Amino acid sequence: MATFFGEVVVAPSRAGVDDEESAEEGWEETPEDRDIRRELEKKRYRPREVDVRWTLKSGMRTESSADELFVCSKLILAIGHNAAAFLSSFILDSVCWEVVGAVKLWNEWCRTSSTTNVLPTDSFCLFYRLISDPTVWLCQCSCYVAEDQQFQWLEKVFGCMQKEGLQVTILSTCPVADYKTQESTLTLPSPFLKALKTKEFKEQVCCPLLEQPNIVRDLPAA
Amino acid sequence: MFVSCDHGGPSATSDFKGFTLLMPAVSVGNVGQLAIDLVISTLDMTKVGYFYTDCLVPMVGNNPYATAEENSVELSINAEVYSLPSKKLVVLQIRSPFIKNKYRPFCQTLLSWVKSSKCARVVLLSSSHAYQRDDEQLLGTPLRYLLTPDLENAVGGLMQELNWKEMEKVAAYPGINDTEKVLHIPGGGITKRLFTE
Repeated sequence: MATFFGEVVVAPSRAGVDDEESAEEGWEETPEDRDIRRELEKKRYRPREVDVRWTLKSGMRTESSADELFVCSKLILAIGHNAAAFLSSFILDSVCWEVVGAVKLWNEWCRTSSTTNVLPTDSFCLFYRLISDPTVWLCQCSCYVAEDQQFQWLEKVFGCMQKEGLQVTILSTCPVADYKTQESTLTLPSPFLKALKTKEFKEQVCCPLLEQPNIVRDLPAA
Repeated sequence: MFVSCDHGGPSATSDFKGFTLLMPAVSVGNVGQLAIDLVISTLDMTKVGYFYTDCLVPMVGNNPYATAEENSVELSINAEVYSLPSKKLVVLQIRSPFIKNKYRPFCQTLLSWVKSSKCARVVLLSSSHAYQRDDEQLLGTPLRYLLTPDLENAVGGLMQELNWKEMEKVAAYPGINDTEKVLHIPGGGITKRLFTE
């Protein structure tokens, strides 16, 4: 592959062709067609909706408004089985942390478990809060969030949080086989840690930064 | 959709009055995107903002145009806007594929942003499958252009001078009815949709 600048390639083809769209070419949509399409989209998209449910003791929240946003100072998101397992093994316990919310979703790859008492092999997305400092939150997201659900997940979760003074840390894993480097992979000390940070992050980073042309995609990128 | 780097917020629309917008179609071989990368790095263009959109697969990485240690740690995402005021050029780079069913919403939002930012013209770099060429197209240059009616008046003459070839239309129903011709750009992504809209 001749690319050097780093790109997201979806196998098997790089051609940006949407089969459904090509089938619509040259067809002008009448108002009736538009109504039919909207109804079909409602049926198609309802199962793909991302449902965020908070279980805070202060009561269930439905619509968020300015004064109902959660106040968080730190949010640590663990995305994927490995990162979620890391939090389970080293951070989470039932004494210091309480479950405050869950995300329910379905896609072709997984359906989230319906209980908060989950096994490591389940697909789930749970939010926890540190009892001694309720502004510190964790999220374990071991379910796969599909492309068309990622933006929705982002908006629904962060839409409930006050963004000023919030520091977000995202933990995720990638296969070493996807790591692009001029070094020989035989000498790579895997597993290894790399970081990406925004301009606003002024603290010390605990590991080297991710070199070009490597990229992060999907929910951690969103 | 457009968020300015100067922290103007999502409602700020940078004024690109009279500028030419250069952008790629996410198309076969990523030709347009690679060309845009070369334009941005060769002209050392400055990032002025990005698109906050749900139409593209999310991605993030470190600055792909880094020339030194200092500028290598700036984050880059899937749709970013760069500008070179001295050449009245604004460039949009798209780094990931479209999400299913999001082609039309993206084109519509993009075109309304183009109008509100007062760009004078849009140049789209694209590509199409080489194996779709007919016998005549196999000869000569593989490059083609398409002009919208307004630009036809402005630069049609220049195309003649440069001896460039206009993209040929193909029969809508080949073998059955050869009289009805349509534009067909296989592998071109949003090219045809953006052109017709």
